[in-house]
Amino acid sequence: MSSFLTSSFMHNIFGGLSQGVIYALVALSLVIIWQSTHILNFAQGAMAMFATYIGMTELDRGINYWWCVLISVVVGMILGGLTERVLIRPLYGKSEINPIVVMVGFLGVIEAVTTAIWTGTTRNVTEPFSQVYYLSNDKIILLSPFNIFQIVLAVTIMLLVAALFRFTKLGLQLRASALAPEVARLLGVRVNRMLTIGWMLSAGVGAIAAVIIASGNFGLFPTDMNGIFVAGFIAAAVGGLESPIGAIAGGLLIGLAEQFILAYWSPNVAPLGGIIILVIALMIRPQGIFTKKVGRRV
Amino acid sequence: MIRVEHLSVSYGAVKALQDVSLEATPGLITAVLGANGAGKTTLLRTISGLVAPQSGNILLGDTSLLRTPAENIARMGVAHVPEGRGVIEELTVEENLRLGALASKVNMSEGLEAQYAQFPVLGDRRKMHCATLSGGERQMLAMARALISQPRVLLLDEPSLGLAPLVTAELMKSIRQLCESKNLTVILVEQNAKSALRIAHNAVVLHLGSVVASGDAKTVADDEDLRRYYLGLVEQ
Repeated sequence: MSSFLTSSFMHNIFGGLSQGVIYALVALSLVIIWQSTHILNFAQGAMAMFATYIGMTELDRGINYWWCVLISVVVGMILGGLTERVLIRPLYGKSEINPIVVMVGFLGVIEAVTTAIWTGTTRNVTEPFSQVYYLSNDKIILLSPFNIFQIVLAVTIMLLVAALFRFTKLGLQLRASALAPEVARLLGVRVNRMLTIGWMLSAGVGAIAAVIIASGNFGLFPTDMNGIFVAGFIAAAVGGLESPIGAIAGGLLIGLAEQFILAYWSPNVAPLGGIIILVIALMIRPQGIFTKKVGRRV
Repeated sequence: MIRVEHLSVSYGAVKALQDVSLEATPGLITAVLGANGAGKTTLLRTISGLVAPQSGNILLGDTSLLRTPAENIARMGVAHVPEGRGVIEELTVEENLRLGALASKVNMSEGLEAQYAQFPVLGDRRKMHCATLSGGERQMLAMARALISQPRVLLLDEPSLGLAPLVTAELMKSIRQLCESKNLTVILVEQNAKSALRIAHNAVVLHLGSVVASGDAKTVADDEDLRRYYLGLVEQ
């Protein structure tokens, strides 16, 4: 058993999962917005990074790490809600290119503002858990307490989001607003409010991903989330943008693919892993692995 | 009670409704009849706040509904069952019903039980996704979802559409019963004039966005010219 855990195959599984859960979180956050507003939020990663900056600078003032996490998430949610209200709401019903242009522009603005305030140098965030790998008979298991923390936190967030959508009144209204906004309004659902809440929720999930990234090996810097966003976007596209479960599966798949390519092919090819999977997925199931191919009937 | 006063609605250059007035009273069914493009659906959509009128007024009791968002009008007790029924296919039967009750002060479990008692088929299928329902079952669900909030006003847009004649007859009978037992104000939009006139108390005939006739249902039903030129009830 112990030699199995320290095998190179399991190294890659652990490494892939640790990275994959982050992609999955980002993908999930993109899907939440896509489902309700059919907008791809290109600034998702940058918004999350900005929120994390605000939360984590509190560390300098001696505030407890977990409070800083909470601040990051709350700031992320407020930023998400404001973005929907101020930037996105005027664009509903307009050309689909408009929100893309606006959000790409917003991405640039956020990164520039972040650099202006906090400079572009990497900030180290105190790690909440050790990043030293576990050992088994003096051999490394490619899993640290921090990895376990990131996997457990990500999975918890996913389960919470799923439960919210599935079992609560708010979740039912969010789903109805996304599926049939006009019918929802006729039933008294405040659809506009649901769109704002959807963006808040999505940005909160994104902020969790950014907090994990910033707390890991690489620290916090203004373009922290760019690569993660691309991988998360590919994960969401592979899973089919309509499906939260697809997004999560896509995220894990891409995390694992990158890791295995890194191990068995070349580290230089690893970033292409996601693209390769995307191309294959688009060839086999262009609608996404988890999206049912049905014409919507009204 | 719903009062529509001199209502005009345009979609760009197209005039969908012109100076339309009508009154619908509690406990009575007011049928709105006319051919395709007469403005029937627009009338209902304007009453429920989905379309903004150019001029005129809509009153629910003494309250004007102008510039009131659709979701607030729904919360005021106006239930609109849209054309095609608006059943959300991706949700289960019970989720659709819950959605109908959310905005009202109705006790959820009592409301659900009342609707399952009224429509036993829905109770049998409560956990099923609505994509699996037949046309008649969807219509029942749409009605139940509207009724669960205990509305004062029921707006029905082409409920007979796509239903077999026997199912339509059954449906019309239950609309009449509901209207009388719950003292509902019902506005029934129908292309199927024959079925609608059989249960309606009053009728309004629209043609190209204007009212060409209104009165009690029997008078409208007996008018040869209306039957021939606007209702398609006489072979030409």
